[in-house]
Amino acid sequence: MPLIQFLNRPKNELEAGGRKSAPIQADENEPVKSCPSCRKSIPLSQLWGNYHCCPFCGHHFRMNSRQRISFIADSDSFQEMFPDIQAQDALQFPGYQNKIELTKKVSGEQEAVICGTAKIEGQTCGLFVMEPYFMMGSMGTAVGEKIVRLFELATEQRLPVLGFTVSGGARMQEGILSLMQMAKTSGAVKRHSDAGLFYLSVFTDPTTGGVTASFATESDIVLAEPGATVGFAGARVIEQTTRKKLPQGFQTAEFLMEHGFVDKIVPRNQQRQTIAALLKMHEGGAGHGEAAIHSI
Amino acid sequence: MVKQQYTAFDQVKAARSNNRPTGKDYIDHLCTGFLEFHGDRQAGDDKAIVAGVAYLGDRPVTVVAIEKGHGTKERTMRNFGAPNPEGYRKALRLMKQAEKFNRPVLCFVDTSGAYCGIEAEERGQGQAIAENLKEMMTLNVPILSILIGEGGSGGALALAVADRVWMLEHAIYSVISPEGCASILWKDASKAPEAAQNLRITAEDALAFGVIEEIISEQDLGKASFYDGLREKIQQELNDLCAMEKDHLKQARYLRFRQIGTKGMEEG
Repeated sequence: MPLIQFLNRPKNELEAGGRKSAPIQADENEPVKSCPSCRKSIPLSQLWGNYHCCPFCGHHFRMNSRQRISFIADSDSFQEMFPDIQAQDALQFPGYQNKIELTKKVSGEQEAVICGTAKIEGQTCGLFVMEPYFMMGSMGTAVGEKIVRLFELATEQRLPVLGFTVSGGARMQEGILSLMQMAKTSGAVKRHSDAGLFYLSVFTDPTTGGVTASFATESDIVLAEPGATVGFAGARVIEQTTRKKLPQGFQTAEFLMEHGFVDKIVPRNQQRQTIAALLKMHEGGAGHGEAAIHSI
Repeated sequence: MVKQQYTAFDQVKAARSNNRPTGKDYIDHLCTGFLEFHGDRQAGDDKAIVAGVAYLGDRPVTVVAIEKGHGTKERTMRNFGAPNPEGYRKALRLMKQAEKFNRPVLCFVDTSGAYCGIEAEERGQGQAIAENLKEMMTLNVPILSILIGEGGSGGALALAVADRVWMLEHAIYSVISPEGCASILWKDASKAPEAAQNLRITAEDALAFGVIEEIISEQDLGKASFYDGLREKIQQELNDLCAMEKDHLKQARYLRFRQIGTKGMEEG
């Protein structure tokens, strides 16, 4: 290949003339969603059939916890636990009770995290999935309690834990009690870890505040979805505090990986496979790897 | 009750006052032979956290204090008591050292929060705090934390996963600043006094919620008699905690946090 041609060679599928897959054909009556990243209109069926990712640019849309469980767990393997643990309005914070009632109706969920056990390619694990459509996954006493119970159960039954995090942080309507959930969940994670058990977390958009500063980052292996916002302080607060312009891509999953705080970025369509492989490798928890070598 | 005349926001102002003793004042007045140690052994030394070893009476202790500083120059140098990840990592390093040499840990907490900066995020502010929460929960030596001024969210909690947490009478402990809460909920930071009231951030609230064990009277705050009384109290508490069997100590610490906020939740 002549040098000039080599230098101008297509760098990706798009430059080479586009993907070979069939063009997306929209039914005229089908509702469409506009992609915030590439601005193309996506027919809903195409979005749903593609793990809620844009079929054009790969942008990962937020998805609710039940949808996530349906694509990550083996079918009918998920058994929900502690569904009745609900937020307490211990502070009698103005408007909180109403907000909770309304959110329950709109989201169909009782709290901002769903916990249980599931199988992933046949391997049993404790599973928690946070709910972006329930007060943006904020952590109050109920979320803390559910996470702690899941880790305690997993420690008792010697199960690995897989968790998908989405959170705006601690739930301020529960004040200091929300803050304490950071310590409480961290304690449960530590005990699970000290028992030699495996914990895998996946940052999804957005994972911030008190959840980033507690159980989300305390895992053995940290995965993240492409483009997810992940950080401790809010970007606007940082801008106001420092009066500096934030760097390009600040607080994205890619930014965190660049700075050494994420093990691997895994697109949604590869998550099930990757997670299954990791669960398999850590089957039985600490010491298993050695045992496996000896048995050869 | 005398306290009725203060609003929650008065408490916030009192807790933030420049006239209060800061972390290092407590170390200097309560302890003898303090040697400050620097650095997290990874990236740097955070001046917002002062830490090292000292004697409390005749007991060696590891002390960790968030220091706001006095006067504009020192306050700037201390980053106004807003720690960076290096500060939390330095604290954890010295706590691990305390564990090795079987010294109890004494923390003085006074911060509006962990620093919100670009570099702090780049160096993993959230990860640093999380690491402290996790490791402090199972540290093999007693930990006593005293909130002496502002207890600002995760940045304060990162030094307050302890066997006993005490608060000064006019200190505050909150998940978010009243200003932050007001601007998020009502898009109006000037409603901070209302937010302060609703967030229940006073020492009395924290005691009622089981978040702290004790309120320290501010009678004679900063005077010799104040420090003498406090020193005696700490010594007594450390005697009790050091006498506890390690596994029992750690179990009690876990359960201490485990039960917070569970009132009224269904059993199961």
